[in-house]
Amino acid sequence: MRGQQQTASSALAAPGVAPLAVALLGYCALPWHMNQSGGVGLGGWPGAILALKGEEPWLGPIALAFVLAATPFLTRLRGTKAGAWFVAAGAFGIFWIVAQGFSIGHRGWRFEALAALFGAPGPKQAGMGLGALLTVGGLLSLAMRGLAMRGWCRGDGFVVGAIGWIVALILAFVFLPIATILLSAFHDNSGHFAPGLFFEKMTDSSIWGLGCLGGGTACGVAWNTVFLALLVGVLSTALGLAFALIATRTQFRFRGVLRLLTVLPIITPPFVIGLALILLFGRSGAVSNFLFSTFGIPPSRWIYGLPGVLIAQLLAFTPIAFLVMLSVVQGIAPSMEEAAQTLRAKPLQIFNTVTFPLMRPGIANAFLLGFVESMADFGNPLVLGGNFEVLSTKIFFAVVGAATDQGRAAVLSMVLLVFTLGGFAIQQLWVGKKVYTTVTGKGDAGLSLPLPNLVKFGAYLTAIPWGVFTFVVYAIILIGGFVKMMGRDYTPTLEHYATAFSIEGGAGGLHFTGSAWPSFFATAEVALIAAPLTAGLGLLTAWLLTRQNFAGRNAFEFMTLLSFAIPGTVVGVSYILAFNVPPIELTGTAVILVICFVFRNMPVGVRSGIAALSQIDKSLDEASLTLGARSATTLRTVMAPLLRPAMVAALVYSFVRAMTAVSAVIFLVSAEWNMATTYIVGRVDAGEHGLAIAYSSSLIVFMLAIILGIEKLVGQRKLGRRGHAPAPAAPVAAAG
Amino acid sequence: MIKRYGDVAAVDDVSFEIAPAELVTLLGPSGCGKTTTLRLIAGLEMATEGSIWIGGRDVTHLSAADRDVSMVFQSYALFPHMNVLENVSYGPRVQGATRAKAEEMAHEKLKLIGLAGLEKRAPSELSGGQQQRVAVARALVLEPEVLLFDEPLSNLDAKLRRRVREDIRELQQKLRLTVAYVTHDQEEALAVSDKIIVMSNARIAQVGTPRGLYDEPHSLFVADFIGDATIVEGEVVSLDGGMARVRLAGLEKDLPSRGLKVGPAKLAVRPHGFRIWPADPGRPAIAGRVHKASYLGKHVEYTVETPAGEFFAIDGATERVPAQGTDVWVTLNDQGVALVPA
Repeated sequence: MRGQQQTASSALAAPGVAPLAVALLGYCALPWHMNQSGGVGLGGWPGAILALKGEEPWLGPIALAFVLAATPFLTRLRGTKAGAWFVAAGAFGIFWIVAQGFSIGHRGWRFEALAALFGAPGPKQAGMGLGALLTVGGLLSLAMRGLAMRGWCRGDGFVVGAIGWIVALILAFVFLPIATILLSAFHDNSGHFAPGLFFEKMTDSSIWGLGCLGGGTACGVAWNTVFLALLVGVLSTALGLAFALIATRTQFRFRGVLRLLTVLPIITPPFVIGLALILLFGRSGAVSNFLFSTFGIPPSRWIYGLPGVLIAQLLAFTPIAFLVMLSVVQGIAPSMEEAAQTLRAKPLQIFNTVTFPLMRPGIANAFLLGFVESMADFGNPLVLGGNFEVLSTKIFFAVVGAATDQGRAAVLSMVLLVFTLGGFAIQQLWVGKKVYTTVTGKGDAGLSLPLPNLVKFGAYLTAIPWGVFTFVVYAIILIGGFVKMMGRDYTPTLEHYATAFSIEGGAGGLHFTGSAWPSFFATAEVALIAAPLTAGLGLLTAWLLTRQNFAGRNAFEFMTLLSFAIPGTVVGVSYILAFNVPPIELTGTAVILVICFVFRNMPVGVRSGIAALSQIDKSLDEASLTLGARSATTLRTVMAPLLRPAMVAALVYSFVRAMTAVSAVIFLVSAEWNMATTYIVGRVDAGEHGLAIAYSSSLIVFMLAIILGIEKLVGQRKLGRRGHAPAPAAPVAAAG
Repeated sequence: MIKRYGDVAAVDDVSFEIAPAELVTLLGPSGCGKTTTLRLIAGLEMATEGSIWIGGRDVTHLSAADRDVSMVFQSYALFPHMNVLENVSYGPRVQGATRAKAEEMAHEKLKLIGLAGLEKRAPSELSGGQQQRVAVARALVLEPEVLLFDEPLSNLDAKLRRRVREDIRELQQKLRLTVAYVTHDQEEALAVSDKIIVMSNARIAQVGTPRGLYDEPHSLFVADFIGDATIVEGEVVSLDGGMARVRLAGLEKDLPSRGLKVGPAKLAVRPHGFRIWPADPGRPAIAGRVHKASYLGKHVEYTVETPAGEFFAIDGATERVPAQGTDVWVTLNDQGVALVPA
């Protein structure tokens, strides 16, 4: 029956027809450019007509791609030879569209060389629209189909197509922006090549100055950033280790509460902790006032600067270190310690000679993560930094401040990017591989040793005060919105919530009159669109990485995980530099926000997908294949149901990250598409702390509800006696 | 066909044919390329060179989904999120059959395999043997031209293994299935096969019937791998037609010459090719000493030290077992002794 099936399907649709039809539709029937209002509506001429009318003759050669693609149909070529024509058609078409798109911009030639050759200003055109999108997409699919016909990936068209699309998307939305930043660092602000200026900006003393060592003026912003990051890395690792030891190796009564600690930072927008610190320790903060009225200590601005940012980042990143250290401590097989015990080592000796050395690579890992997270953080330094400047805030003010200097922003971004990529590279290449996992699949009936007393009390002394402090901070976040003004006037009130979330019933139904509603709805909409895209793309990538063998797979993996290490601020700057001008003109739309979220959070989907897929025996895929299911069918009928827990994790995570992100989106929001986080930051800036904290706590509660809702809705299915697949590894990213 | 990973050939110049309704076993130690060969037939790996034909059609460049081949996996690979019926009807369903038709086909195969009544169970609720049979039913449901088995018994316990292999053989003969079967267990291979392909280091060492391989191994590797054998150095002293007169350690024996010339030669002696005498038998014999003697119920296993080397022998006489260190005399039986070419 398999043979008949095949002939029937190949008669219905010869390979390559569908993508070719889509490309043709895009070229001949849909408007090539974006319309004037920046939308992708139906106004405007298709590319083919523009070329024929002579308005934009450079769109003409695209037709050659269609001639190439049609050749095998006309000459009745099949198989490998037809594939070659398809590849040639796709490659030429995409090359030409990309080349003309980057050469001809709004104001004429985009390269000085071209202007010199053909005369300035040259032809002009707007950004690409729906027609161009479909043409490129169709040609890309056609080329991939051609490669599959030439035997790539065992001739599996779906796999080749998926790889092609993911690579193209990552090139467009991760690499292109970064390349733009690098290029613009070498140009002055009017677009002329100026390498001298680059060196001048790069060696600027405001970046690398060491004045503070001599007791003089402040140090350069790069040193500030590194110094802060080192402190945060060391301290958050120490705290995380203390918490992890208490959670796994003691009978501490409130161990369960520690679990809560791991969820909080994920659903807390990054700057909210800074805000709570202001409400506690600011000049009119609750603690400051208490100290003044009781002990006569005058309130000061000490919280604004290094101490404040450090405390806020520790509060934000200690839970991440805790998650990392938890898996490290749990990964040490009890039998290791039992072996040492039978060799008559004392408890403290065992800890020093066995337990701790086994944890060491994990500690390095946690440190590097804290280091990178601190450098990438934007919200806390923005709220609490004061005169203490770090790279991420400096980049922001170089773009939006009074003295806008894009070249300077680009240079600062490069410095920050080098730092975070360096940390990421060390973590991936060196530490990541050295982590010992002594727990194997075989049962280990041993019991972990209780901690030696010295270590135990050390852990308690570190962790308990900090744990109490964390809960005070979160209590402030929750109750801060219900009083008139923290620190000054504790009269209970619902005024802040009323301002933010009032709903009035009037003519024509409900009116959402609260000031927070527009940004809330915009955020929820963007996050809800981005979440399934992120999860889908991430899991598809994970499947390709774990289940398919293809040339360049390692490079592919590196590409997909790279956006992890790019700080949000850098992403924001690079997006406005890259997508403000043709050929891809997206700034001011919701699309750019969705794209930004998808590509920033995709690595998490990839990781949880890889973790889940490595639990699923590869022979399941193969069994499905030998039963005649193609890879797309296998993915749908076998993999998707088994990947449900990973899907939930990726969905929840990308939704929450999209709701709480601030660093990248603060550059990308527009009047129409303002995000909740940027709105709150604005309120903090304006001194409306009550409103800001009320909105923040509502967001936190809303996200908790959504997380529980998604888990209930998608659910988990028990797979026989083995129970659930282990939860995917803790998502850790260069946030900010 | 040839399969290379980088410079390493996992399957090197392997070529064979499987006749319809024949069960052919790929046998060899782990890492010899037998599973890779099977996966090449299935289309789960693609051959670097060479071609694969199934039923008169060149399938070399077809993907697994397009080949009329089904496979029973070592781990069974039952879909854990589907029940037995859904697992077995999966093949027809993804081929586009209606649910009713697919389930009818599945029911038929489940009945054939003796699992009727367990349709609604999840795979995890079945015993190992039942899971294995579901895997077979699922592979059979599309009535493939070739059925592939990848070490199907390795996850079963020893007792069950014997029964299941008999079931597989019976089913294969009843339905006249064309089967390629991979195993590293020579006893299993001897029991189920019409033909055995012995592989070693990515190449075919010998192809033959179970009896042919056992009685006339082409090489020392095959002699040693199929059933135990003691390799003894000897000498061909004269040739007479197809027979050779072989002398070893004072004994003389007439054996099929198998193309050997006069001169030094190697003999493969099966454990039952030796006869152990507790006292001098009064005819030419090799004197030795018992190094080990294990009583195994129905027979005794001996390791005997002799001037010609260490002999591994079994003996059915279990009433009186010579103790370790006792002097014994060894002669050769007519069965279980063969000259090995090369």
